[in-house]
Amino acid sequence: MEQLVAPTSKMGVDVRHTGEAGTTEIKVSAQNVDVFYGEKHAIKGVSVNVPARSVMAFIGPSGCGKSTFLRCINRMNDTIEGCKVTGNIRLDDRDIYDANLDVVELRARVGMVFQKPNPFPKSIFENVAYGPRIHGLVHGKADLDAIVEQSLRKAALWEEVKDRLKEPGTGLSGGQQQRLCIARAIAVNPEVILMDEPCSALDPIATARVEELIDELRQNYTIIIVTHSMQQAARVSQQTAFFHLGILVETGSTEFIFTNPHDQRTQDYITGRFG
Amino acid sequence: MTVIDAPATGPDWSSAASNANRRRRYAADRRLRIYGLTAIIIAVGVLVILLATVLTGGASAFVQTRVTVEFTIDPELVSADNIQRGNYRQIITNAVAELFPEIADDRTALTAAGRILTSNAQFFVRDAVVADPSLIGRTLTLAIPASDPFDQLNKGTIARDLPEEQRRVNDRDTALFDQLVDRGLVSTPFNWGLFFNADSRFPELAGLRGAIIGSFYLLLVTLLVSVPVGIAAAIYLEEFARRGRWSRLIEVNINNLAAVPSVVFGLLGLAVFINFFGLPRSAPLVGGLVLSLMTLPTIIIVTRAALKAVPPSIREAAYGIGASKHQMVLHHVLPLALPGILTGTIIGMAQALGETAPLLLVGMNAFLTAAPGGITDAATALPTQIYIWADSSERGFVAKTSAGIVVLLLFLIVMNAVAIFLRRRLERTW
Ligand SMILES: Nc1ncnc2c1ncn2[C@@H]1O[C@H](COP(=O)(O)OP(=O)(O)OP(=O)(O)O)[C@@H](O)[C@H]1O
Ligand SMILES: [Mg+2]
Repeated sequence: MEQLVAPTSKMGVDVRHTGEAGTTEIKVSAQNVDVFYGEKHAIKGVSVNVPARSVMAFIGPSGCGKSTFLRCINRMNDTIEGCKVTGNIRLDDRDIYDANLDVVELRARVGMVFQKPNPFPKSIFENVAYGPRIHGLVHGKADLDAIVEQSLRKAALWEEVKDRLKEPGTGLSGGQQQRLCIARAIAVNPEVILMDEPCSALDPIATARVEELIDELRQNYTIIIVTHSMQQAARVSQQTAFFHLGILVETGSTEFIFTNPHDQRTQDYITGRFG
Repeated sequence: MTVIDAPATGPDWSSAASNANRRRRYAADRRLRIYGLTAIIIAVGVLVILLATVLTGGASAFVQTRVTVEFTIDPELVSADNIQRGNYRQIITNAVAELFPEIADDRTALTAAGRILTSNAQFFVRDAVVADPSLIGRTLTLAIPASDPFDQLNKGTIARDLPEEQRRVNDRDTALFDQLVDRGLVSTPFNWGLFFNADSRFPELAGLRGAIIGSFYLLLVTLLVSVPVGIAAAIYLEEFARRGRWSRLIEVNINNLAAVPSVVFGLLGLAVFINFFGLPRSAPLVGGLVLSLMTLPTIIIVTRAALKAVPPSIREAAYGIGASKHQMVLHHVLPLALPGILTGTIIGMAQALGETAPLLLVGMNAFLTAAPGGITDAATALPTQIYIWADSSERGFVAKTSAGIVVLLLFLIVMNAVAIFLRRRLERTW
C-alpha cells in the first residue's frame, strides 16, 4: 500500500503525546451506549468523548459496529426498524435522545456523509441548496446562491462545477459526488460532521482531495470519520477509537494508538494481524 | 494446463457411465426447451386465431352501404315555419317512387322498396333541411345508409343462392337493389358512424359514441378516486406504518382484494352505492366507484413497489440533512417513484377499461340512444356496449360486436403502449 510507514515516522517525533482531549472542549460525549438490532447486541457499553474542532477516527474490523455507533450520534438509527439505543449521548451537554429533542434540528447540527456518494438525482445547485432551504436558513435567491457557492468552495468543488450548476449531481465523477455530498452537509452549517468511510468508493487522487478537505474543515467543524485505512486514520485524525465486536477497546490520541496501544487487540489490528 | 500434484484418483470423465450421465442431462435440457417452445406456440396460435376471427368478423362493420338518393323538398310537405314537423315520410316515399318509376303505382312494392333505406331515412332529410331551410322547394341529394338486410346483401353476408324463403330479402327487392348498384347509386364508404353515432335499434346506424364517452367518464371517476387514495395508502403502508402484525394483515388483504372476482365488486356497488347511498343507476359515477375499488389494489401494489425500488441511500441522504419524513417522501422518494406509479396506473386503467361484469350489475348495459352528458347520466361503456350488441339478433350487430371489440382492443393497446413507452423513457438506473 501507499505509505505504511507514515504513522510510524510521524510518531517518531513525540511518542508519548496523549492528545489535547483532557484540556479541550468536548463536543460529543457518549456514556454506556448499547445498541440492539432486535435481539442482536451490536454495541456494548461504549463511552467516548469527542473533542471539538478536531478529527476523530473510528477504526476496527468489519462488522464491529463503527457505522452503528456513528449513526447513533445523529439518530439515524431511528429510521431502522427494530433498532434500539440505550445509554446517554450528549451534544454540547444536551442529551440527544431526550424526548423533547427535535431530531430534525439534531440532524441539521450533526451532518452526515455516507460511504457511497448519494447525491440527490437533482441539479448540483439543488443538492446543496436543499438543506438551507428546508431549514429556512436563507432569505432570497442571492442569499441561497451565496451559501451554495460558499459550501462548494469549502468542499473544494466550486472551480470544477461553477459552470454546470444546473446539471444533475449524479453526472459527476465519484470523487466529485462525494465532495458534493460534503458540500451538501456543510451547507446547513453543522457543528459536527459524521463521515462513514467517505473515501471507500474513491480512487487515491480523489481520496487525497477529500482528506485535504477534512483537514481544512477541522478548523470549524468537529469531524468523526469511520475508516478502514490505517494510513487515512493516521493522516487525518487527531484522535482514534478502536472498536472490536461491539466494544470500544481503546481510544486516545492517534499517535498514541498507532505507536503504543495498551491493548493486544489494537496492536494486532493496526499491525494487520486481523481485520 | 500444467498439472501440479494432480490427485492420483480423480473422477474419470471419459468413462461410459460419465458419458451416459452427460447425455441424459443434455436430453433433459432439450426436452425442457421443447416444452417451453410448445407452450409459446400454443399461446401465440390462440392469440392469432382470436385476433383473426375478430378482425375478419369486424372488418365489414367499418364500412357502411349507402344509397345516393335525390329528395325533392316539396313546400307542400314542409312548411318554412315548422320545419321540424314536415311530412318527411312522404318525401322519402316520393323519392323512392322517382327512383323506381316502374313500380310507382304499386303501393306494396313501393313500401318494400322503401325498406332498402334505413328506417330513419326521414330524420336524415329532416336534419338536412333544419340545418339549411333554403332547401325547401329544391332538391337534396343524400347518401342514406342502406338498411341492415341490404347492407348485408351488398357486403355478401347474405348468400344469394339460398332459396328465397330462407333469405331476409326476396327476389323482387334484390332485383331493385341490384338495379341501384348498376346505376352507380350504391357506395360503401368508411363507416364514421361507428365512432360518431350513439347506439340504435338499427345496426346500420348504431355506433360507439355513447360507449366511448361513457367509458371516458368511467375512467375519469376511477382515476380521480383510485389514484389519490391508492398512492396515499401506499405511502402510508410503505413509509409510515410499522412493520408488524397489523401491517401484514392489511397487506394480505390488499393482495386478496386484487384477486376478488369482479362480479363481487359489482354486487357491492349495487348494494352500497345504489341501494344504500341512492346514487343513480347506470351512471358512470357508480361504475367508476366500483372500478376504483378494483383498481385500488393494483395501484397500491405498484406504488409500493415503486417506492420500495427507490434506493435507501436517497432516504438516508434526505434524513441525514435533516429532512422530516414528509419532506423525504414528497421531495425525494415520490418523484423518483413517479414513473413506476404512472405506468402502473395506466395499466390499472386499461384493466378498468376492459372490465364488464361489475358494470352489468350496476346497470350500465341499458339501451341508450344518446351519449351521456356527465357522470350522473345513464351511460354504457365500451365492453358493455359490446355485450349489448352481442346479445342483439340482427345480422348487422354480429359484425358490429367484432368491430366494437377491435375498437376496445385498440384503446387497450394504445394505453399499454403508452405505459411501456413511459417506463422506457423515465426508467432510471442506479
Ligand atoms: N440494520 C441492521 N439490522 C440488523 N443488524 C445490523 C444492521 N446493521 C448492522 N447490523 C449488525 O450490527 C453489527 C455492526 O454493524 P456495522 O454496520 O455497524 O459494522 P461496521 O463496523 O460499520 O462494519 P463495516 O466496517 O463492514 O462497515 C454487524 O454485526 C451487523 O451485522
Ligand atoms: Mg460500516
